[in-house]
Amino acid sequence: MGTYVLKRIITIVPIFLLATLLTFGMINLSPVDPAEAYFAAAHIQATDEMLEQKRHEFGLDQPLFIQYVNSLIKVGQFDFGISYVTNKPVWQEISARLPATIQLTIGSLLIAILVSVPIGFLAGIKKNSGMDHLSRFLSFIGASIPSFWLGYLLIFFFSVKLDLLPVEGIGTWKHLVLPSVTLAFPLIALYTRLLRASVLENLQESYVLFARTRGVHEKIIMGKHVLRIAISPMITGLGMNLGNLMTGAIIVEAVFSWPGFGRFFIEAVFNRDVPVIQGYVLLAAGIFLTSNLLVDLIQMYIDPRISRRGRQYR
Amino acid sequence: MKAKLRDRLKSQKVIVICSSILGVLFLITLFAPWIAPNDPIAVNLAHKLQQPSWDYPLGTDHLGRCTFSRILFGARISLGFAMLIFVSALSIGLIIGIVAGYTGGWVDQLLMRLGDGLMAIPSLLFVLGFVGIWGAGLKQVILGLILVQWVYYARVIRGMVLSLKEQNYITAAKISGSSTWTIMKKHIIPNVLPSLAVMGTLEMGWAIMNLSSMSFLGLGVQPPTPEWGAMIHEGKSYIRTHPALMIYPGFMIMLVVVTFNLLGESLSERFGVKRR
Repeated sequence: MGTYVLKRIITIVPIFLLATLLTFGMINLSPVDPAEAYFAAAHIQATDEMLEQKRHEFGLDQPLFIQYVNSLIKVGQFDFGISYVTNKPVWQEISARLPATIQLTIGSLLIAILVSVPIGFLAGIKKNSGMDHLSRFLSFIGASIPSFWLGYLLIFFFSVKLDLLPVEGIGTWKHLVLPSVTLAFPLIALYTRLLRASVLENLQESYVLFARTRGVHEKIIMGKHVLRIAISPMITGLGMNLGNLMTGAIIVEAVFSWPGFGRFFIEAVFNRDVPVIQGYVLLAAGIFLTSNLLVDLIQMYIDPRISRRGRQYR
Repeated sequence: MKAKLRDRLKSQKVIVICSSILGVLFLITLFAPWIAPNDPIAVNLAHKLQQPSWDYPLGTDHLGRCTFSRILFGARISLGFAMLIFVSALSIGLIIGIVAGYTGGWVDQLLMRLGDGLMAIPSLLFVLGFVGIWGAGLKQVILGLILVQWVYYARVIRGMVLSLKEQNYITAAKISGSSTWTIMKKHIIPNVLPSLAVMGTLEMGWAIMNLSSMSFLGLGVQPPTPEWGAMIHEGKSYIRTHPALMIYPGFMIMLVVVTFNLLGESLSERFGVKRR
């Protein structure tokens, strides 16, 4: 088990390096000169001399390989450079806005789990029941509804028509409701679907038959055995979706004027604020890979058969 | 057995319904200029923010443009670009997947590791980053969406090629002297097609959704071009007084994406293809 954990941790490193290489390549292949982008973002009319000096400051006159290694060392120390627009370190900008985004993410995860576990589980146990139809409906609508549109629909009904909840901004728990529900919707779709399929699959397993022949009460079989194992693909889904959650948050933050990092990121995209963009992309890749790892480890703890099977990294 | 037959009939019914909806949409995209009652980009401030009427079936927006015509033309943009993204991503993925799976060795390793690196970055974030670095614009958005999407095709196709390569009939074909190209064309491509059809259908929904998300953020299709995401972007300021402006285009996005997803689902049941 120890070796499996170690192996999984080691597989992450080259993948993260590849992601850094990709972003580095993306920046270097682009027709934009970072020095020019810097002055453009800061609204400064630059002379050739100033450009030359900036290029030297950014280390652009060094060979590509050295530039890459230098950027890698900096990334390793959470140093993503300085934002062209605000002139503050990118990490400082990220960490100032991250709490709001995390609040939103956790809120939506909670909603998603609270809704999808009961629906998915009951739908799986009773195929073709009313609950099953509800779960199928939810998983189709949730996967197909554009989150920005859902956000505005919610604003229209709950804020404009019923005047129950605030339209935008951050503050009380009331501000959190609409954005989290919007962000949670696609997750509800995915988790309900995963849990339903996994429950259906587990009901065919011989351990269920065995427990039944032993005369174990159906409620105990379902609650203790099936649910515990069936929930495992959902946990994988959780880990794999953390990345989507981060991008989903960008759109939801734009709709609800939520002062998290997503909104800042969109501004950075418009301003060509390369360090901010690079910093957030790499951070997201890091979070995505780490959460996948954590999820694998949690799964192994819940269902020890996994490490014995020597589950391959997907 | 009976239940299976029933499921099968049901999935066939869904396939027929979804295909008809998409067929109608396809006709709309073809004949939009003849069906649309008004010019979708003609500004007429005298008629701004009107309620539905005979001249303007769904009313007008803040610039007096016919919402109904804009939605019809929007189908053209959304479906057209989604198709472009799908075909390009599929072609790249098909070539890379077959090359990687068939040649193996370091070529395979290199291509697949490149894919791993790409997949480590959440896809929409990659597109946003790409657009941010290469400059905002429709071209960049489309290119970015293609760049993140080929990986999925390449991986699936590579896996299928790898397992097909071991089949006896491929060995037999090789021994009997078929060229690599013939083997690809006659044996490998027909075998991967059903999976590709399923993936492609789901991909169309994905592409439409993401393209409209980018346009909504103001990065993809730019006004005055009628695109559903961009229409919501423009209509959102009138949510208190004229919610219809953002409700119709959003409904269209949802309708099309649901249809593609349902179709993909039913196709995968019909052909026994596993979803990714």
